[in-house]
Amino acid sequence: MDIFLQLTVSGLSTGMVYALAAAGFVVIYKASDVINFAQGDLLLLGTYLVFFAIAQTGMPWSVGVLTTILLAIAVALAIERLVLRPLVGEPIISMIMVTIGLSSILRGAVNAIWGPAPRSFDSFLPEGDIVIGPAVLSADRVLSIPIALAVLAALWLFFRHTRDGIAMRAIADDQQAALSMGISIPRVFGVAWALAAASAAVGGIMLGNIVGVSPNVAAIGLRVFPVVILGGLDSIRGVVVGGAVIGLLEVYTGGYVGHGLSLIVPYVVLILVLMVRPYGLFGKEIIERV
Amino acid sequence: MSLECGVFHTRYASDMGLRPRPAQRIRLAVFAVFVLCFPFFAGNYWLDLANQIAIATVGAIGLNILVGYTGQISLGQGAFMAVGAYAAGLLTLNLGLPWAVSIALACVITAVAGTFFGLPSLRLKGLYLAIATLAAQEIVEWAMTHWTAVTGGTEAIVLPSPSLFGVRLNTTFNFYWLAVLAAAGTALFAANLFRTRTGRAFVAVRDQDIAASVIGVNVFRTKLLAFATSSFFVGLAGALIAYYRTIITWERFTLDTSIIYLAMIIVGGLGSIRGSFFGAALITLLPAMLANLGRALQDTAPQAAGLLPYAQQAVFGIVIILFLIFEPKGLSKLWGNVKDYFHVWPFAYRRG
Repeated sequence: MDIFLQLTVSGLSTGMVYALAAAGFVVIYKASDVINFAQGDLLLLGTYLVFFAIAQTGMPWSVGVLTTILLAIAVALAIERLVLRPLVGEPIISMIMVTIGLSSILRGAVNAIWGPAPRSFDSFLPEGDIVIGPAVLSADRVLSIPIALAVLAALWLFFRHTRDGIAMRAIADDQQAALSMGISIPRVFGVAWALAAASAAVGGIMLGNIVGVSPNVAAIGLRVFPVVILGGLDSIRGVVVGGAVIGLLEVYTGGYVGHGLSLIVPYVVLILVLMVRPYGLFGKEIIERV
Repeated sequence: MSLECGVFHTRYASDMGLRPRPAQRIRLAVFAVFVLCFPFFAGNYWLDLANQIAIATVGAIGLNILVGYTGQISLGQGAFMAVGAYAAGLLTLNLGLPWAVSIALACVITAVAGTFFGLPSLRLKGLYLAIATLAAQEIVEWAMTHWTAVTGGTEAIVLPSPSLFGVRLNTTFNFYWLAVLAAAGTALFAANLFRTRTGRAFVAVRDQDIAASVIGVNVFRTKLLAFATSSFFVGLAGALIAYYRTIITWERFTLDTSIIYLAMIIVGGLGSIRGSFFGAALITLLPAMLANLGRALQDTAPQAAGLLPYAQQAVFGIVIILFLIFEPKGLSKLWGNVKDYFHVWPFAYRRG
């Protein structure tokens, strides 16, 4: 039972990091129909920026976290303006390849600046253990779950209640109509990328605390796809559920069946979902089918 | 070469020729002579690059048939190449088949595997198909490394080098002829494919699948056929790599491979045979040239040379993005522009 609890907590905390990365993906997809293959690299950027802020310049952690988020937003805005804006309206293959190119640039830049060796900084999430009954859970993992949920809830509220959030939903619904109502599409795309970068940065900061800073973080980018397909490509709620399910599945198969299998389970789920219910659990059922 | 002021055909046969104009035939002849003479002047280093380019051309044309001509996005190129490579290798090692037979069988096996992974395309489109093929890639990658009984897991499989008419193709020079033959054959097949009913159906499905089905194209069948044809050549590329390196390792067939091949056809030009070759050449030469630059910098600026692997990665991304923004039709279009310019030179009728 204690193993089960430990696996559950670790699965949920991994799942929440996935959810944070996936939320950024969903925000961008919702606003601009761009499939962002560089989401994992935004996460990578987040971990290295927080390492830079806290370990290399020696900021206190609160300032460091804020700087990280602001820097990540600046990078995302630059990406949106320089790379994606000229390609608005191009076919899907161009959109996929442009974000793949971006991912390659970001990864190259991060490695060139900070080197490939794993780094670490003084974790600012509390380190100790929480003992619940027979189970010993590490505090930083437990704590990361509510942090992620808070960020995701903030995103959800943003879509519900703010002017930009509603504008974004309007654009997702009907770009032409939104344009004619005076919504500035470039502005909304910019906001979408900023939000995606911010949520990925938070995910990156958490990863930096729990796992450490290394180039492998970028690999999580691919885990985003099972999460968003399961949850529904355009749903923030779906991201939370999808992240939790994929994280738990991975950890349970890793813990009970065998480590090798845990690498593949998300993709098997992905294919099953695509065959049975391509719009996912919470997505809008307007997905083009053949 | 005489200036052309128009193309006049007096016979249907010349109108339907693959290269109807004299200038085209002369260019092709010059290129063929270059290809035939090249190995006698080039050193091992350049021959190795040429072999890589020839094999990559086979793979890129294969991928272009699927992505560029039929419009089905695939991130599973690496997986299909792996199927070809492992099939060719294992057939020779376990059943003792001659290399040519096992390469041919490997192509067929890959075509079958490609058709199987193409099944989702019957229900999914665009982004969803891309993600489904991504999953297929991950699953095949996992099978390569974990299905130890068949693939040997992460251990490399060592193959005997092939021999033709008693000549062992174990040098870059000898293998060159096989690689070039494969590339030329693939290009010829593909160029003719899109002049047939089947090939035109591929293009029709890409441009408007509903319209295609209205005019009598069986969309499902056409898509599966595209997957099969494409994977046949992708499998050939994989099998050739296996025999060229005489060693099969899973690292050669990861998602990165898929991305590199997609980059080739983007940079070269979607839906273009010559583009596939241009793209294969550029993307193969790019890291090699950067590595040369790195060696040149080794003495003057050792620090800059140390950054090289990452610079390579970044440059790769930059090249893709620049092409997408400034010339989405790729090198093929650039080459077309050059030809158009000289076509009427020096009497261009339009400035700018």
